[in-house]
Amino acid sequence: MAKTVVQEFTKGLWAEIPPFRLVLGLCPTLAVTKSVENGIGMGVATTFVLVCSNILISLLRNVIPKKVRIACYIVVIATFVTVVELVMQAYAYPLFLKLGIFIPLIVVNCIVLGRAEAFASKNSVVRSLADGLGIGLGFSLSLTALATVREILGNGTFYNIPVFGPSFQPFSFMVQAPGAFVCLGLMLCIMNILGKK
Amino acid sequence: MREMVKLFIAVAVFSGLSGGVLAAIQNVTKERIEYQQIKFVKGPTIKRIMEGCTNDPLTDRVTLADKEGDIQFFVGKFNGRPDAVAFETFGKGFGGVMGVIVGVDLKADKILGVGVTTHSETPGVGSRTKTDPSFAAQFKGLPITEPFQVKADGGQIDALSGATISSRGVCGAVVKAAEIYERLKPSLMQKIRRKQG
Repeated sequence: MAKTVVQEFTKGLWAEIPPFRLVLGLCPTLAVTKSVENGIGMGVATTFVLVCSNILISLLRNVIPKKVRIACYIVVIATFVTVVELVMQAYAYPLFLKLGIFIPLIVVNCIVLGRAEAFASKNSVVRSLADGLGIGLGFSLSLTALATVREILGNGTFYNIPVFGPSFQPFSFMVQAPGAFVCLGLMLCIMNILGKK
Repeated sequence: MREMVKLFIAVAVFSGLSGGVLAAIQNVTKERIEYQQIKFVKGPTIKRIMEGCTNDPLTDRVTLADKEGDIQFFVGKFNGRPDAVAFETFGKGFGGVMGVIVGVDLKADKILGVGVTTHSETPGVGSRTKTDPSFAAQFKGLPITEPFQVKADGGQIDALSGATISSRGVCGAVVKAAEIYERLKPSLMQKIRRKQG
């Protein structure tokens, strides 16, 4: 049964939320979620790339020859990623310094290429837009949720604002790499329990 | 054969279009990115060296051609007169190239201040050349023409304990700055004066 446009959008928020349900795009999920600011920045950048590449690939889906489609998708995605990189350097340089290599690495984020191949190349522009927005928003929310837990426990702050009194001893394990794995594991566990019902 | 040509043309057209778009965007953002890099990487150091100046040294800058490429001089005005410049030179540290901003008093040819900007020294050891203000303070007020060396090499600069090579790198950069300063001072003064008038 065909889904409505709204359903294409909402599936990205729960049923197919990228890091928790599809378990895709883990590299940025683990690496940049040290602080909420980084998480949101990465989420917005990825959403922009996802929406733009979904629209363009859907528009060109009858023009791109089947045999070289992956190469063409990568060119489209890499173009938008470079646009994000340049714009971020020009208008949000401190954030760019923090996210560093993970911005160019959006090119090889399997969520973006995955949506292009599995969805945008077979569906209309409006549906692809809804799909890209939904998945992008889901990805951003997941990063923000993970970053919230890690930043509050590991640094005692939320979006650089202290949430505990001065006597709080930061649990710095949470902002290091092992903390990212533990935190993601626990969140996957919670999602699975909730999803079972 | 014909199909091969078609595929080839498709990918070529895609890459060409993407290249064109990116070139246009880079052109638009180039100036802003350059300013952002100056502001966030060199800016804090320059502001510290030029403490008390009455202008914005980051916007009042002149570029001069040198043997190894263009050098940007940041001009600091005190009481409305351009009396100081700061510029970046590079020395060889323990972990690679170290960028050092050297501020020079144009009237007395004395060092106003020194500050490390970019480096890949060992955190907590060589990185103290950047973070320990008492190290950089040793250079302050000395004539730029002095042969700067660490005490272990028979010079006048106290190396940070455990970070002799990094300290040597900073000295090397300052010596290099002196060479550039002497070589370019006449044309620098001319250019500043012309900008004033």
